[in-house]
Amino acid sequence: MLEAAEVKAIAKLARIQMEPAELPAMVEQLAGILALIEQMNAIDTTDVEPLAHPLELPARRRADVVTERDERTAYQTNAPETREGYFLVPRVIE
Amino acid sequence: MTLPTTVAALSAGLAQGDFSSVEITTAFLDRIAAGDGRLNSFITVLPEAALQAAHAADERRHAGMAGPLTGVPYANKDIFCTQGAKTTCGSRMLDTFIAPYDATVVTRLNDAGMVMVGKTNMDEFAMGSSNESSFYGPCLNPWKTSCVPGGSSGGSASAVAARFIPFATGTDTGGSIRLPAAYCGISGLKPTYGRISRFGMIAFASSLDQGGPMATTAEDLALTLGIMAGFDSRDPTSADVPAEDFMAGLSQPLAGLRVGLPREFFDANLDARISTTLEAAVRILESLGATCREVSLSSTAYAVPAYYIISSAECSSNLSRYDGVRYGHRCKAPKDLADLYQRSRAEGFGAEVKRRILVGTYALSTGYYDAYYAKAQKLRRLIKEDFTRVFAEVDVIAGPTSPTVAFGLGQKTADPVAMYLSDIYTTAVNLAGLPALSIPAGMVDGLPVGLQLIGNYFGESRLLNVAHQYQSVTDWHARAPALES
Repeated sequence: MLEAAEVKAIAKLARIQMEPAELPAMVEQLAGILALIEQMNAIDTTDVEPLAHPLELPARRRADVVTERDERTAYQTNAPETREGYFLVPRVIE
Repeated sequence: MTLPTTVAALSAGLAQGDFSSVEITTAFLDRIAAGDGRLNSFITVLPEAALQAAHAADERRHAGMAGPLTGVPYANKDIFCTQGAKTTCGSRMLDTFIAPYDATVVTRLNDAGMVMVGKTNMDEFAMGSSNESSFYGPCLNPWKTSCVPGGSSGGSASAVAARFIPFATGTDTGGSIRLPAAYCGISGLKPTYGRISRFGMIAFASSLDQGGPMATTAEDLALTLGIMAGFDSRDPTSADVPAEDFMAGLSQPLAGLRVGLPREFFDANLDARISTTLEAAVRILESLGATCREVSLSSTAYAVPAYYIISSAECSSNLSRYDGVRYGHRCKAPKDLADLYQRSRAEGFGAEVKRRILVGTYALSTGYYDAYYAKAQKLRRLIKEDFTRVFAEVDVIAGPTSPTVAFGLGQKTADPVAMYLSDIYTTAVNLAGLPALSIPAGMVDGLPVGLQLIGNYFGESRLLNVAHQYQSVTDWHARAPALES
C-alpha cells in the first residue's frame, strides 16, 4: 500500500512541490492508478523480451557535422531571466 | 457563396476559381468568431496571419504555382510548434511560450500553401481523454455541449465537427486522435509510428506519440496525410519510408477484403447500443465485398495498464525539461535552485500532468523498475505479437473506438482510472505502433459512434480505402451538428 511519505519522496524526486493539504487526495489517486497497473501481474512474461521501439528500428546516426545555426538570442527570448547570454538561476555557490 | 466544408471540395473550388482563399478564409474565421465562444475549441485564433497567408496563396495561384491544397484553411493542435505564434500545449507552463521554429508538420502544410487560422484546444500536454485538463478550460462537444469532445485532440475534433475548419492536425499517444474523432463524429487517422515527423511536436511519450490528420472524410485524410507524411532527418525515429499517393487506392473495390473482429473488443465493457451500431457497419462492409471473421487479441486487457506505465515513465522523463530556467513558467522569488524547480513545476503543471509524472517517477525509481517498466515492455511485445498473428489472417481489424459515446463534462474528472478506461480499445495500437483510424458509423442518444479500423504497418492506404468505400455508401460523415446557441 502506498504511503503518504512515499508519495512525498516521489514528488521530491520529480521536483514538484507538494503541499501537505494536497497529499491525501494524491495518495488515493496514485493508489488507484497503481491498482490498475498491477493488473499486469496476472500475465506471465517469463522469457518475453522487452519491447522498447514499436518497429524495433535502431537509432539512426548522423554525420558529425554542424547543421544548426547559433540561435541563442532567439531562443533566450523565452527565458524567464537572462544576462549577457546566460540563463540566470538563484545563487548555487556561496 | 456556398462554403464547402471538405478539403476536397474547397480544393476543387479554388482550382476552378469559384472563390479565393481570402474569401473562404474570411468565411471560416467568421464561423469561428460566431460560434467558438460556445465551444472553446481554439486557444489562439490568428486572423491577421491567416488572411496574409490566404492572400499569398491567392497570389501563388495567379502565378500558376498552386498545389492542390494551396489556399485551404486549417488549424494546428496547440502541441505543434509554430514560429511567431503561441504554442501552449494546453498548459500554464507554456502560457507565454513562442516557439522559435515551426514543427516539420507545420512547415510541410504551410509550404503546400495551406492557411493556418489558429491553434486548437487540448488536454494539458496531451494527457487526457476529455479535453478537461486544458489550462484554457474544457472544449465542448458540438453535438451536445453538456458533453466532452474527447481528448486529447478535443479542440481539433470539435472545430472540424462544428465546420469551423475543414481540417486540423492532431496527435495520438493512446487514442488522442481517434477518441475525439469518434466523440465528435469526424474522421481521424493515427498513422504508423514514424510515418509523420515528431520534430517540433511537443513530446509526451516519445515511443508512442504520432501526429495525424483530422477531417470530415477519409478522402480529406488521404489528401492531407500526403502532405504531412514523409521522412525527416530531424526526427531520429522518423521512418525512412516515402510518402505515398494516399489518394491512389481510395476507389479500389473491397471485394476480397478480409476483416477481423476482435472478440475482446466486443466485450462486456462495450455499450450494447454501440455494439448493434457497429454490427450494422460490419454488414455494410460485407455488402461491399468484405468477408468478416472473429479474431482474438488476447492481450488487449493488459494494454491500458502497460500503456500507463510506459507513457507515464516517458512523460516523467520528457517533462523534466520544464525547470523554470530556459523557458516556461517560473515561480516568483525562488529562495534557492531547488525551490525554483519545485515551485515552478508545481505552479506550471495541472493535476493530471502531476499525477502522471509521479506515476512515471515511481515506476522508474530504484527497486520498482523491473516490476513496472520492464514488465510493461514485455507486455508490449505480447500485444504486438497478438496483432502480428492476426494480420497473418486478415487485412484490417474493425471494432469500436470507445466503449461509450461522449460522456458528460465532469463525469470522470474525479476518477482518473475511469477516465483512462475510455481508451481500452485504442492504446494497444500505440503500443504496437500500428496505423488506425476512426470514422463515424451511427448515432446513440444523439451522439456519434466511432468505428475503429486498424491496419498493418504502413498500411494507411488500405485503411483509407476501406473508410472511403464505407463513406461512399453511408452519410454519417456528412452529418453536422446543429450548434446549440
